[in-house]
Formats: sequence, structure tokens, C-alpha cells
Amino acid sequence: MSETLESAVKAVCSECGNDRERMMDIVRAIQGKFGCVSSEAMDMIAKQLATHRVEVESVVSFYSFLSDRPKGKVVIRLCDDIIDEMAGSADVANAFATELGIGIGETTADGKITLEHTPCIGMCDQVPAAMVNDVVVTNLTPAKVKDIVAKLKADVDADLVDAPGDGNNANDLVKAMVQNNIQQSGDVIFAGMEPGAAIKKALEMAPKDVIAEVTKSKLRGRGGAGFPTGLKWKFTSDAPGAEKFVLCNADEGEPGTFKDRVILTEQPDMMFEGMTVAGYAIDASTGVVYLRAEYAYLREYLESVLARRRSDGLLGKSVCGKDGFDFDIRIQMGAGAYICGEETALISSCEGLRGDPKNRPPFPAQEGYKAGPTTVNNVETFCCCARVMEKGADWFAGIGDGQSVGTKLLSISGDCGKPGIYEVPFGITVDEMLKMCGAKDTAAVQVGGASGQMIGKNDFGRKICYDDLATGGSIMIFNSKRDLLKVAEKFMEFFVDESCGYCTPCRAGNVLLLNALKTILAGKGEASDLEYIETLGNTVIKASRCGLGQTSPNPILTTLKNFRPAYEALLVAPSKDGYQVSFDIKAAVGDAAAIAGRDSVHAY
Amino acid sequence: MGKPKLATTSLCGCFGCHMSVLDIDDRILKLIELVDFDKSPIDDIKEFTGPVDIGLIEGGCCNEENVHVLKDFRKNCKILISVGDCAIDGGIPALRNNIPLKECFDEAYSTDNRLGPAVLNPSGKVPNDPELPLLLDRVYPCSEIVKIDYHLPGCPPPADTIWEAMVALLTDKPVALPYELIKYD
Repeated sequence: MSETLESAVKAVCSECGNDRERMMDIVRAIQGKFGCVSSEAMDMIAKQLATHRVEVESVVSFYSFLSDRPKGKVVIRLCDDIIDEMAGSADVANAFATELGIGIGETTADGKITLEHTPCIGMCDQVPAAMVNDVVVTNLTPAKVKDIVAKLKADVDADLVDAPGDGNNANDLVKAMVQNNIQQSGDVIFAGMEPGAAIKKALEMAPKDVIAEVTKSKLRGRGGAGFPTGLKWKFTSDAPGAEKFVLCNADEGEPGTFKDRVILTEQPDMMFEGMTVAGYAIDASTGVVYLRAEYAYLREYLESVLARRRSDGLLGKSVCGKDGFDFDIRIQMGAGAYICGEETALISSCEGLRGDPKNRPPFPAQEGYKAGPTTVNNVETFCCCARVMEKGADWFAGIGDGQSVGTKLLSISGDCGKPGIYEVPFGITVDEMLKMCGAKDTAAVQVGGASGQMIGKNDFGRKICYDDLATGGSIMIFNSKRDLLKVAEKFMEFFVDESCGYCTPCRAGNVLLLNALKTILAGKGEASDLEYIETLGNTVIKASRCGLGQTSPNPILTTLKNFRPAYEALLVAPSKDGYQVSFDIKAAVGDAAAIAGRDSVHAY
Repeated sequence: MGKPKLATTSLCGCFGCHMSVLDIDDRILKLIELVDFDKSPIDDIKEFTGPVDIGLIEGGCCNEENVHVLKDFRKNCKILISVGDCAIDGGIPALRNNIPLKECFDEAYSTDNRLGPAVLNPSGKVPNDPELPLLLDRVYPCSEIVKIDYHLPGCPPPADTIWEAMVALLTDKPVALPYELIKYD
């Protein structure tokens, strides 16, 4: 066995050119072959790459899809998103646990199947969902679970997809039961485009004119932050550096977002097209798509699209016959880390490191991937770029509202009749949106995912756009029966898990915020706890190093702002003696009493 | 009106903060001109003689007796101050907070020689006299058990920090701690 491991490590490393920066690919390959990256394997990889063991171990220990201890041949990852929970994911989890005879986090005795929870896998429109290795299973019920487990018990490689989904989900290279659920298409993303049309237009122009055109279109980043794309390209283009890069952020991990999944399934050409245009504009010859591990089922298909584009002359040497413009794209797989959707963490990950965000400045446009000037854009943004090139900046700027132009893909999920993808012009109001997706009795809408804001009825007249309610696309709808504080708790638990741990305000502050919320939910909070949450939440926002900590208090702070009575209803009066109501001495001595086999001599 | 009264105690601490109080050297003579000591290990008064103006707490709470004493202080003191990192955060004793209590006992008392040689304990039994207060599931900062009015950080807070804070409080002036007295790296 250990000899096979050694030869496998050697083979995998040499396939990756013994390049330490390909660490993600190397450890993923070993994880795939052996079910873990064992201590032994880490030593071998370090030796093979002539690096330190800690370089390997820091990566293996960071990403949730990697493990230093053996897991089952099949790893079942149940999505434990709030939307899944509302659709009965607890029953599904119980069904898996009962059928397999193991608890969450455990592996069956025969070492075949491991059962785990995982945060949002981008399937909120077909919940409850789970991943069985790379295969996505959707719309789960306890009965379906029984069937899946029976199949897996008989054969760990069993085909679980009886009926593939619509569109390219049925493609031979995808074969997923995932449905696109495109409820409304618009003119920018879900309209046809001849492959190469945008590139050819761009190649007729000078690179600086391409940037000028994108700038003129007023296109802003679609990932959530909304940075003007043309300006980003200009910064990258102007920055000194021998080699420049185009990175595509396909690590859509924001709970409730699944728009990139559908673009990657139906419009990958457009995304690659936009990346190629960016490559030409900023003078880069390498593009990287950072694809989240949860979308591994799309990889083979995406590779085939890239291969086709190469043979069609849309990638590779002298793209579209343009001498001097060489551009190719590779896919970098992630390994399960929300933080890698943050652009500097994404760069770290592409460089074979832990997904730690980097200090800014320097910004990626000045010094990014491999220290070269780098443009990092969202999947949807690149598609918009392609459309801007094809149809012109004026056409694009004509759609939308004020400073928010073009269309936006919304991933709508939760309490509504028609969850799915909606391509809408910017400026649509929340009310219009709720009507569109058939939502009834809506009490609250979480705009922008876990890191976004929870709004109530008073705000339903507001607009979805950069200047009002900004969103990377995630819209989660909650009706009047939902406990919004529990929703905030769920989001906060997510951030506590996903904080990279580098900076204290985020690592510790989020835990303290969660504890304070739990105290209130337990009916032991006082009015002063609300003040504490507000002060601490704002400190975490101000003092955190990257976008995660700068937004993680939002679910609590916005529910507190917009649904304060829900909090106040749970508060208790402070003790007159100055004792903390939240401290429960009986519970605190419980462990010791059990060990001592006696109760405390004090009557509590 | 007599002098303000001061009480002190060490809960789950190392008495280092009390040492730091004594480290104000001859200023302690000036301090007793400003205050009377009530319940405190410094004068060995065991019980409160009556209401007290200022209580200084060293150490967090690791057992039920600590909780009892702390609540007693809260009841009897107008102003309660956490002195030092253990009182404020749990400090070094809180390192056990991520280890189940049973494992802590095993480490200390088990005869299994794979474990530490901390105690000669041939019986292997965990001491269990009803006189012994039960340990809490974890070490708690004082502020999680009672309301605390002020915190004086440090491990221990320097004597000058304690002195400046006391004098400011007793003379009803804003406390002006220079940077040197509140930086710890």
C-alpha cells in the first residue's frame, strides 16, 4: 500500500511539474485516490516538491474537502443551508443516518461511506440537496434517501442519476439531475451569441479602446462588491509587470447563490469569451477559472468547451489569427472553502496555499497571482463583458437604472412558488421581484446572501441595484412563519465555520456575536446585550481584514435593525443584584457532579 | 463620613495581581490613608463587615466557591473591578476550556502512567470530599457571572496601573493611564 502511495505521489507531482504552486491539484488528486492525504502522503509530497511539510499540511488542514484521516470511498455531503433546512433537510439527514447506521461526521464500519454536513452547494432552488462524492442529488426526501443508500451499499460507484436535468445537465459529460430552473431570461446573459463574436470585435480595436468601451458601458462587478470593471482592467493594464493574468471567480459560495452554476452549465462559451477579451485588453496570456469543488460535476464539460475553443482557434496561439495575442485558460479546482470567493484568498488558493486573504494594498490589479498584475472578475461579469463587446457599450448602458446598468441574475430561493434564476434589468423593486417569483405572505427577504441584509416589509419598495440593495445575486425569501433570529443564527454559525482565522476581529468577534445571539435565543438575554451586539458587530466590520469579517455581522445587525421587536420579545429583565441572568450554575457544575457522582452541597 | 472601603479577593488566579497591588511599595501607606481595607487576603478579614465601596477581583471562576465569592462581592461592593487577565478573560486557567472536564481529572489523578506524573495518587481516585467545591464546566470570566464596572487588563496589571486607577477612582478624577501602562506586547 505504502509503495502504491509513494508511486502515486511521484506520478501526481510530476504530472504537475513538481510545482509547489500546483499544490491544490496535487493534494486533491491524492485525496481522490486514497480517500485522504495521510501524514505519510504529506511527507512524500513535501519531499517530491522540495518544500516543507507545513506547506502541504497547511493546505490539507484548511479545505473542508481534504482530510488527513481516511474517509469512506463515498462521501455524502448534506447541504445544511437554511433553505434546505426549511425544506426538511433534518428529516433527510436523519434518513441518511438511519439507513447508514452512522451519525453525521462518521464513516460506516466497512469504510465505504462517510456522512457529513457542508454549507451551501449552490442548489437552493432544488432543496434539500446533497453531494455524493462529485454527484449532486436534489429534491431529496427520506424515501429517495433509502433508495440512494441501497444503491450505494450494493455498489459505491452506482449511478444515482435516473433522469438528468434540463439543458446541458443532460449532456453526456455532465449527466446531472440538476435543473437549471431558468425562470426568466434577459438579453445579456441568456441570449444567444456566436462563439468568437465578441473576441473578433475586440481584436479589431486596440486593447486600450477595448478597456475604454467596457468603461463606457458602466459595467460593474457582478460578484457583489460592484467595482467598475473597466477601471479594474485599466489598473491592471497600467500596472508594471512582465506577466499579467485573468482570473475568473467561479467560487460562488455565498449561501443562496446559484447563478454561476447555471451560467457554467448553459453559457460557458460566453464566460470564456469574456475572459479572452480581458486577456487581450490587459495583455495577459493566461486565464484561470477557479471552480468551486461543489461544481466538480461540470468540470469535464467545461474542459470540453475549452478544447473545442482551442481547436476553433478561439484560444491558444494567435487567437482568431491575431499575431501576438496568445491566450489560454485552465481550470483550477477549489476544495471547499467559502473564503476563496474573496479575490485575494482565491489568488492564494491558485498559488497552492491556504485560502488566506492577502493584505491590500497591493491590490490584485497591481500585484496579484504570482505577483503579476491580475484582473479577477466574476463569472457573470465576464459574460457581460462579452456582450458589451458584441453589442457595444451604448446598447448595454441602455439597460438598467442609473449607475446600475445591464441585467442582473438573481438566484431566488426560499418561500416562493417559483425558485430559480431570473435575469432582470437592474432597478427592479423587491415587491416586483416577489410577485415575479410567486412569493406569498413574505415577512422578510435576505438580499445578498448570508453576508447581505435582511429586510422587512417597509423596504419592499426599494430597488435591486448598486446604489440601493446591492446583491451578488442571492435572494432568500422567508414567510411569516419563519423564525428570523434562527435564520440569523444559522448565517452566523456559517461565518464562524468559514472564517480563515487570520485576524482576531473575525475569528473571535464572530464567535462572541454568535454566543450573544444564542443567549438571547435561550431567553436569557438582557437589553444591554443588544447594545453589546451592535457595538461588537460594528467593531468586527471595521477591524476585519477582508470582506468576510467586514460583512459577517450583517445578518445579526440587519435583523436587529429591521426586526428589533423580535429580539426585544425574548429579553428578560436584568437581575437586581447585578448577577448575569445568562449564567446557569446548575448547568455549569453538571459535568463535575456527574463525575463526582453527587450533587453540589448547595441547593441551586 | 469615614474613609471609603476596599475589598479584594483572588478567585481562580495565581495571586500575582495581589502581588502587583503590594508592588506599589510604600505607596501602600498612602493607600491606607485613602481607604480602609475590608474583606481581603491582605488584612485577612474573612467576611464583609458591611457595604464596601470598591471590590477588586483577581482571577476568573473555575468552581462553585469562586462563583459564591464573586456574587458576594457583587452584593457588597458598589464598584466592582476585574483586575488582570484571568478575571477579565479567564486567563491561563481557561486553557482547560477546550478539554472535557473528565480528561482534565484523568490527567491530574489517573494512575495510568501514560499520563502526567503530576500527583502521587496510588488509588487513582479523583478527590471527592463534599467539602471540595465542584468545578465548573469551564473557567468563566467574571463578567459572565456578574456585572463588572471596570476592567484593569494585564498579567498582572503593573503596580502603577493599579495605583493610578485607584487614586483616580478615590479622588473622583478621570483615569489617565499613559500608553506604557496599558500596552502588553
